[in-house]
Amino acid sequence: MKIGVILSRVRVEEKWLFEALDKRGLDYDRLDDREIKFNFAVPDEWKKYDVVLERSLSFGRGLYACKVLNSLGVPTVNMATVGEICGDKLSTTAMLHQCNVPQPNVRLAFTPESALAAIEEMGYPVVLKPVVGSWGRLVSKINDRESAEAILEHREVLGNYQQQIFYIQEYVKKPGRDIRAFVVGDETIAAIYRTSSHWITNTARGGVGTNCPVTPDLNKICVEAAHAVGSGVLAVDVLEDEDRGFLINEINHTMEFHSSVPATGIDIPGKVIEYVVKVGSK
Amino acid sequence: MATCPECEGAINLKDDVQQGEIVVCGDCGVDLEVISITPTITLALAPQEAEDWGE
Repeated sequence: MKIGVILSRVRVEEKWLFEALDKRGLDYDRLDDREIKFNFAVPDEWKKYDVVLERSLSFGRGLYACKVLNSLGVPTVNMATVGEICGDKLSTTAMLHQCNVPQPNVRLAFTPESALAAIEEMGYPVVLKPVVGSWGRLVSKINDRESAEAILEHREVLGNYQQQIFYIQEYVKKPGRDIRAFVVGDETIAAIYRTSSHWITNTARGGVGTNCPVTPDLNKICVEAAHAVGSGVLAVDVLEDEDRGFLINEINHTMEFHSSVPATGIDIPGKVIEYVVKVGSK
Repeated sequence: MATCPECEGAINLKDDVQQGEIVVCGDCGVDLEVISITPTITLALAPQEAEDWGE
């Protein structure tokens, strides 16, 4: 079996993935996303791979690389369709809705005026998110009308066209933490609580990870969420609501896990590689 | 031992350093990418974080 690994940087995650590949004696190539070129007329240089693991830091590079590879019949982890959905919060919301997976209330608007009306209908506070983005960038909690007007004006004047797609999410009063669960195939293999005094709990923004037991209920909703977006190797962000229970916040398709391996004791990179081998063996 | 291309400070790298890894210069604090390991270790300024970077 020949495996390709598309990457931008060798982070801790990639080091651990390479270790897992080496430990299993697997044959793989490191493919730097700054150097790779695709030529549809010469597919054999890519068709030699039984499977490609996509670890690009760039959403665009990773997505389009997977699109080309999938069109050549090379499976990727994750498949391009999965990246396309998970990389866009509105697409994720739409798929979760279609599959009846519980999530916070969301409204969508295309102008500052209609966005303000939607926010006022929802009631404060709300969370305004870019449809494409990660690590909590430009995610804003809006507490009142004045803040809403200011942020919407900034988005309109300073943002690109994507910043003018107004994705408005209900603010869920979480208990100082949320849950990051790791789903590989049909199983939630591990989960952490991400705790922070700030309402943004991303570990990239200072949230601290501790082990979260994977209960049957947590496993069920996370696997349902993963299936809704097409399955693969996914990090599912879950909010805990006092009345409604678990709600799916976001799903990440090129997950980071450097703080989750020590917190959970689970060999996440090993399980990812085992899944990659399974996909490549089909 | 390698040299920071920004400030020429000396940088001690771990034995298991890999091509593509990011290291930080202890003198000036800049992010550096390990461009090559052999025959000599070469460092360059790491790419700036782009808008679509993330998980």
